[in-house]
Amino acid sequence: MESIIKEGTPKTPSIRFDAELGIVEMKGRSIPENSTEFFKPLVDWLDEYASCPAKKTLVNIHLEYFNTSSSKCILDIFKKLEVIHKAKNDVVVYWYYEEDDEDMLEAGEDYESIIRIPFELIEVDD
Amino acid sequence: MSFNLQESYKQMNEGDVLLAYKGSITTELITNVLEVIESKLEDIRTASAVKKKVYNVLVESLQNLFHHIDELPEEIKDEFDARFGVLVIAKESGFYRISTGNFIRAVKVQQLKEKIDKINTLSREELKDMYKFVLNHQKLSPKGGGGLGLIDIAKKTGNKMEYMFHEFNGEYYFFNLSVFVTLSEN
Repeated sequence: MESIIKEGTPKTPSIRFDAELGIVEMKGRSIPENSTEFFKPLVDWLDEYASCPAKKTLVNIHLEYFNTSSSKCILDIFKKLEVIHKAKNDVVVYWYYEEDDEDMLEAGEDYESIIRIPFELIEVDD
Repeated sequence: MSFNLQESYKQMNEGDVLLAYKGSITTELITNVLEVIESKLEDIRTASAVKKKVYNVLVESLQNLFHHIDELPEEIKDEFDARFGVLVIAKESGFYRISTGNFIRAVKVQQLKEKIDKINTLSREELKDMYKFVLNHQKLSPKGGGGLGLIDIAKKTGNKMEYMFHEFNGEYYFFNLSVFVTLSEN
């Protein structure tokens, strides 16, 4: 299955979805006006990945900013990952937030409470 | 005409203005505004947590504006740009204020007013719960709006939103919204 690698832009995060290594990674900022357009291919990719996932899937989410439109799409991504986890595959989410960014910490906690996948909230220096 | 846009814009421009704009609200404009504000904030001595909040809240304010601008009233179509809106970011004592303004159809006024009034009464915990509920249960609109913008702004700022609906004609109102990010955190 082909990987998705995308460079970040001022409004969209860098992306690395690698089926072979079992890596799902998103970094930077996600503030597009129409987030569906950006996230649809990622959600579709996870649909396909779910049929033959790696033994362990590592999910790294390290966002500086995201808008409310993206927040729904990120939830969609987690829901796909939840399906993979439910099917008895290892899935761990690492949610990174900068030390003074309480809003980002809270966002991670919100997802953790909605989604049944092991979550690690990791504080990093600015 | 009872409502005077120039007068309203002048009032929005009180305080130490970082950026003021009136005209077409497009994705390019939003990108540019965010870039300008980000670099201006870099030069200002404010806690980075506050800067992040200002940026975050500005993103939501601009995108709310972008998603909810109505077509212009017929009689002023020639006078204003399409997708006309106004934006002012100003520093006041103790706050950053982000004010936006746009024309909306009269039929939407009541619902919007009730929504803001309701959000303004909620505690932080209630806002958190409401955010999570809407996040988990409401679908994105085709335009990409999620119904979360105002809730998110209220949750992140912790301050009441202020608004005015100026009657323009029977069919249209001009909607002014101001949100406030507290400066003194940290």
